[in-house]
Amino acid sequence: MIPAADAPTLELRDASLALGGRELWSDLDLQLRAGAFLAVLGPNGAGKSSLIRAILGEVRLRAGSIRILGAARSVGTDVGYIPQQRLFDRGVGLRARDLVGFGLDGHRLGLPVPTRERRGRIDEALARTGAESFADAPMGSLSGGEQQRVRIAQALISRPRLLLCDEPLLSLDPGHQVAVTEAIDDYRRETGAAVVFVTHDVNPILDRIDQVLYLGPRGHRLGVPRDVLTTDVLSDLYDVHVDVLDVHGRIIVVAGTGDGDHLVLPAHSESTEHPASPVGRQGTA
Amino acid sequence: MTVDLSQLFEFSDYGALVALLGNSIIAGAVLGIVGGVVGYFVMARDLAFAVHGISELSFAGASAALLIGANVLVGSMVGSILAALLIGVLGVRARDRNSIIGVLMPFGLGLGILFLALYPGRASNKFGLLTGQIVAVDSPELGSLIAVSVVVLIAVAILWRPLLFASVDEEVARARGLPVGALSIGFMLILGLATAVSIHLVGALLVLSLLVTPAAAALRVASAPLAVTGLSVLFAVISSVGGIMLALGSSIPISPYVTTISFAIYLACRIIGSRRSRSTSSVGTAPSVQSPAHSSDLHSVR
Repeated sequence: MIPAADAPTLELRDASLALGGRELWSDLDLQLRAGAFLAVLGPNGAGKSSLIRAILGEVRLRAGSIRILGAARSVGTDVGYIPQQRLFDRGVGLRARDLVGFGLDGHRLGLPVPTRERRGRIDEALARTGAESFADAPMGSLSGGEQQRVRIAQALISRPRLLLCDEPLLSLDPGHQVAVTEAIDDYRRETGAAVVFVTHDVNPILDRIDQVLYLGPRGHRLGVPRDVLTTDVLSDLYDVHVDVLDVHGRIIVVAGTGDGDHLVLPAHSESTEHPASPVGRQGTA
Repeated sequence: MTVDLSQLFEFSDYGALVALLGNSIIAGAVLGIVGGVVGYFVMARDLAFAVHGISELSFAGASAALLIGANVLVGSMVGSILAALLIGVLGVRARDRNSIIGVLMPFGLGLGILFLALYPGRASNKFGLLTGQIVAVDSPELGSLIAVSVVVLIAVAILWRPLLFASVDEEVARARGLPVGALSIGFMLILGLATAVSIHLVGALLVLSLLVTPAAAALRVASAPLAVTGLSVLFAVISSVGGIMLALGSSIPISPYVTTISFAIYLACRIIGSRRSRSTSSVGTAPSVQSPAHSSDLHSVR
């Protein structure tokens, strides 16, 4: 379970990313050791999902490097990925256990051979996320929260050393939010996997994370939550005055817009406070 | 009905006819298997409209071959592979794909009609490419139909897992490093071949009855991939072989029989499926509470 040759699980050096001619973030240095839990925060369009796609090797950095377990390219099953939720329709010919099976051997050629061991591993992964009761249900018949539990099982079954989660709690009710968060965190504690967790609301995972990466309109900041989620740091990143409030242990970020109105910003919620965002749609098709 | 019945169903000397057209029945069974298997992926990839587009280009290729005296099966394969590649390369996104198909389809149909109008031979040959025919499939032609079908089935068997993964769960498949784009083009080639051979039985206009209807019916009553595929094959073979057996005793083209049987199966599966889902539906699928990520809750403190 300890990464070979003591290489960091994930390492970014001087990494910069531009999409469609617009720079999303630059000079990003990041090291995740085994067992690290990193939350990635920031407004829409700051490049949170693009960071995950860059780690997956789907978009190229403008500069810098990304290494996973010391290697320049990710090694298939060593990386688990939970995408932003896109619900399965009714009428897709797929059960929950089939989707989880893809996580195990979907990259291999041929038909799946139904061995007892394969079935056992799929059942175990489903049980880990509390999804065993709908293992044989069609994916399209499950609720959003149930589908998300199946997705976590799919990502965990190959025993990845690095887990990339893109807004895994989005539009889940509180019960499912807790279940999904616990399944991911338990897996991290058990196996020493490192977790990158993109979210617009840090509160559900606040007492589990050890680092926060805040991608703002004017640069980024990396550190422990109490150093990053402060009035000074976020005011700096947004270039407007921002208040960070602690309400019964939950963090609320509020920006004064100057006309007496207030906007609630990430760490707590999404906002439209981002003048640069429409630019990204232009450029080469 | 009584007036037309003798024309629809005429079973004197039926045994002799079956013996004579045994090859057609074998061809029907093989095409049923291909249609059933490929149909599952057509549904998973949402390509029903593409099947229609490919079949019209395939029809154009076949009628061009008929006109110049070339092999009709080769002509239909050239047409459908060309169409499949065009749709696959230019139509990566669903919206682009549908507009490309919408453009290609009338063009292919028009070309085909042009070639047929120029063709001086028998009219039944012409009609058959559009609406299907029981050719007294001679052995060499049967051989090539089966050969192409076997190629299709082997290709699907080899690509099964990555193709299904990429079809239903593209983002995660790509993250896992699967060549999602290459798999998509590969499946379009498979679909092109499957369409080309199916045209020889049911005709260009009604290929959907073998490549879509059986799989759509199976999806109503099953959800495990192998169960869906197995049922889809069963339905397609019943439709094609049943259609041939009924058409043997009539002067009507084969396709109305095939399409009617597959439609009846679909209806039955819909009824069974909706009964079943009503009786077993949603244990613990309470509607999820919307997260406050959306506008009106922006100011609330959670």
